[in-house]
Amino acid sequence: MSCWQTIADYSLRSIGYGERLLPRGDFTLCQQFTLIGSGMIWNIYFGVLALMAGFFLATALALGKSSNTWVLRKCSDWFIFLFRGSPLFIQFFFAYFLFVALKGSVPALGAFTAPWLGALTVLFLNTAAYSGEIFYGALLSIPKGDTEAADAYGFSGLNKFRKITWPTMLRLAWPAYTNEAIFLFHATTLVYFSGFPALKQRGDALYYANYFADKTFNPFVPYPILAGYFILLTLVVIWVFSLVNNRLNRHLPQNARPKLRFRPRLLR
Amino acid sequence: MMRSVIFAYCADPDTLAGIKWLSCYLTTGKHLSFYGSFGTVLLLLAITAPTALLFGFGGATAARSPIAPLRWFGRGYIAIVRGVPDIAFFLFFVIALDQAFEWMRHKALCPDWDQPIRQGNDFVVCAQAKLPLSTSAQWLHEAYGLTLAVLTFAIVFGAFAANVLFGAMRAVPHAQLETAAAYGMSPRQTFWRVMVPQMWVYALPGLSNLWMVLIKATPLLFLLGVEDIVYWARELGGSKTARFTDYPHGDWRMWYFFALLVFYLAFTKVSEVFLDRIMARLTKGQATSGGEAQRKAA
Repeated sequence: MSCWQTIADYSLRSIGYGERLLPRGDFTLCQQFTLIGSGMIWNIYFGVLALMAGFFLATALALGKSSNTWVLRKCSDWFIFLFRGSPLFIQFFFAYFLFVALKGSVPALGAFTAPWLGALTVLFLNTAAYSGEIFYGALLSIPKGDTEAADAYGFSGLNKFRKITWPTMLRLAWPAYTNEAIFLFHATTLVYFSGFPALKQRGDALYYANYFADKTFNPFVPYPILAGYFILLTLVVIWVFSLVNNRLNRHLPQNARPKLRFRPRLLR
Repeated sequence: MMRSVIFAYCADPDTLAGIKWLSCYLTTGKHLSFYGSFGTVLLLLAITAPTALLFGFGGATAARSPIAPLRWFGRGYIAIVRGVPDIAFFLFFVIALDQAFEWMRHKALCPDWDQPIRQGNDFVVCAQAKLPLSTSAQWLHEAYGLTLAVLTFAIVFGAFAANVLFGAMRAVPHAQLETAAAYGMSPRQTFWRVMVPQMWVYALPGLSNLWMVLIKATPLLFLLGVEDIVYWARELGGSKTARFTDYPHGDWRMWYFFALLVFYLAFTKVSEVFLDRIMARLTKGQATSGGEAQRKAA
């Protein structure tokens, strides 16, 4: 079987198109590249959607945490603590069994037991909590002079937030937020190892890499392939985020702009 | 049938109800193993943290080495672990290390073995090279599994620690190192007497963050085949019928994982309180909104 044929058969296998059976013996390099790449569709799906939805909740959480209203502050504090203080792995397990129990009493919520919705929900809440903490830290680091100048110019309320506070917050948070985005993409590999079932063997990249490693008893081929895909994905994420970073910092003189480092720092 | 029970009234579970039933249920032998596995997690943390720090120190030192291949190795070690999901490393290293050890023993113990080691989809070494030996006791198998897990954790978290320490070493003011050189210290003396004692101040925020990440990575032990808290929570929580146990119940896994969630929250809360104090100390007097809030509150 030629490699093109394999690509045609398996490149969309993870979302249910193409060949139904996974290869069983005589695994070729081409099959491993294609199937693991096919699994990346899920990693990108989880990562992109969770990040986009999480961004808005994170902004709300950061504002809640810095608000003067006691209730709002406590709610945001607890939400952030709940998701940052416990392992994502345990959150996945707990959420899955919670959704299974819910399905028993409310059948309409059955979709949550499937990874595409259930795991996405957990990732969304999780990244919102982490990003919320980052945004909150950035809110606290806004130079005092900036907000004073805004007051002096007569900015107030929503206008001040939208034109002064929020852009400055994003600008300060962006390097750390880029880092969070990379970690979120890495975290998507946990989904199929934490209760959520890979129905009909439709899994993510790590699921297929693990499948090949189990079948061939040779970890030295599938995992490096997976690593290659993830390094590529990381580079793309950094590239996209650096475009936004440039836009957020466009008013600063060239040498004062913070650069997004190729090697992000471990700040979770 | 006599059972070993903690409370005398647990001898006949069928007659129990309410809080008594629960107290008996929570003290069965399997539950005691479950509680013991929390010890496994703490043991893993206690061994991994210093080992990872050691690996990290080695990695950071290698990354600064004047010898190019060593420097490439150090930088590569730091870079690759962060570009790739850590769970992929866990799954990889646990097989790779096992095969590496068996291969080395195979080379040493069975030199006249002529068949290839990789036969199709099998990895074949001679019987004497198997780790642990098929004749060895059950606890040895478990100890070997845990050792592989600890080593895997140390390699992955060592890279993270290397990153933090590498940054901290660079943060030590260069003038200090130049002064040391001017006083006639050799590079080795400068490293041990000037840089290493001072770098910890810069490394502290990164290392405390790493500690939090390490705590939250411990449930991944489950993926490495260790009978840890996740294993027991799944095992004990699943529905049990009266045929197989004296304490039948429905699907309680949700509650078991809820308990684990609370355990980890309590564990990290202690660290968080500690970090908040340091953060407040660092924010004090800064011309930022945070510093301003502190000033107004005072």
